[in-house]
Amino acid sequence: MNKALKYLYRLILIILLLAGAVFIDRTGLIEYLSDANEILYTAGLVWQHIKMVMVSMALATTIGLSVGILFTRPSLKRFSGVIMYIVGLGQAVPSLAVLAIAMSFLGIGFEAAVFALFIYSILPIARNTMAGIKSVPPWVIDAAKGMGMPGLQILLYVEIPNAMKVILTGFRVALVINIGTAALAFLIGAGGLGEHIFTGIDLMRPDKLLAGAIPTALLALLADYLCELLGFIIIPRGLRLTQEV
Amino acid sequence: MNIITFIMDNAEKCWSLTLDHISIVAFSISLAAIIGIPTGVIISHDKRLAQKIINIANIFMTIPSIALFGLMLPLLAIAGYGLGKVPAVIALVLYSQLPIIRNTYVGISNIPPELVETARGLGMGRWVRLKEIEIPLAMPVIIAGLRNAAVMNIGIAAIAAYIGAGGLGVFIQQGIARAYEDMILAGALLVAVLAIFIDCGMAYLEKILTPKGIKIAGDQRP
Repeated sequence: MNKALKYLYRLILIILLLAGAVFIDRTGLIEYLSDANEILYTAGLVWQHIKMVMVSMALATTIGLSVGILFTRPSLKRFSGVIMYIVGLGQAVPSLAVLAIAMSFLGIGFEAAVFALFIYSILPIARNTMAGIKSVPPWVIDAAKGMGMPGLQILLYVEIPNAMKVILTGFRVALVINIGTAALAFLIGAGGLGEHIFTGIDLMRPDKLLAGAIPTALLALLADYLCELLGFIIIPRGLRLTQEV
Repeated sequence: MNIITFIMDNAEKCWSLTLDHISIVAFSISLAAIIGIPTGVIISHDKRLAQKIINIANIFMTIPSIALFGLMLPLLAIAGYGLGKVPAVIALVLYSQLPIIRNTYVGISNIPPELVETARGLGMGRWVRLKEIEIPLAMPVIIAGLRNAAVMNIGIAAIAAYIGAGGLGVFIQQGIARAYEDMILAGALLVAVLAIFIDCGMAYLEKILTPKGIKIAGDQRP
């Protein structure tokens, strides 16, 4: 019975894939992309997209981690509630609005988009860094103190490794949101895959639309998957074992 | 401040767009709750199925909103609904599934098994247990999921202005097109205020709908 269901499930999946392929062909995407110039142009847009994401994520990770670490130090701990609250409010502002506001201050172009993406990506990273470090059990830190570790060593060898899973989740959320928001960066003149999507909507050209939408979706899914793989590398093995049990 | 003057001058437009925005989000959240909460309840007793369903919901969550609109547009265009409120509502319902299903699942599967056992010992059937024990105990977590989804949807609905769904995103869209700062800032401000307002409203709802007994137990926890 279960086996029959499995086969049925696979059959449905194959039929759906075929239907998807036929549908994509009907929209003219394949024909559109069989032009070498268009492929090169789309590749250029993908690269623009990735460049925006990489630059803003690198900046946001640096600042977000520093803010998160800074406001969990004993001397600044009392401000962490306020910072958390501000970050929570910031996340309520929609991504499109952040881009638009950045445009009104910095003008159009790559810099404005990167700045907006950077500001928007700091929030989840800083929030999760703070939450992760705060959730390290106090007795673990006490034990480290008892072993004679100075503050910096406690941070590097105890707090950060223990908080790594939560920090990584924040990074992953930020990255996926960043890729989605970078698709909107076309609106403020920074290019990226949004160019195909918005032009496709305006011209009612499904082929162009899909040439932007499919790579954007794949990029986000790929980033999500890579972050999961990254977890296997940077989350300490001992912590992974306790989670599995 | 110019934004204030802009909002004052266009009060009627602001009001109608805000109502439009709220109606899209409210409709899609209700629809999402009608689909998501029962799904969460069904999968709460099957861990493997739950993992699968949550993974699928996670895939939808990962796809960027504008890409999802783009993917749905040619599909829905066959039925004549490529642009407008229909694709916006479908996308918002899909995005809401992950927080709603996950929170319902977590809320119900975290109920201490001895409580469910006791209910069974009292002779309660599957439905009565669900209605009297599981749903009320999981209520705070379920509402928290709805709250997450609602706040997220307000931001995504702003992007949906580009596929003609209306709402406050129209201010941002037209403001960008005209490089009219006040209009952009007014749109951004109104969307952000709406999100914060809904967040606080849902927090209040969470407080009301939490059964009295849990609140007392919660207060006693260290």
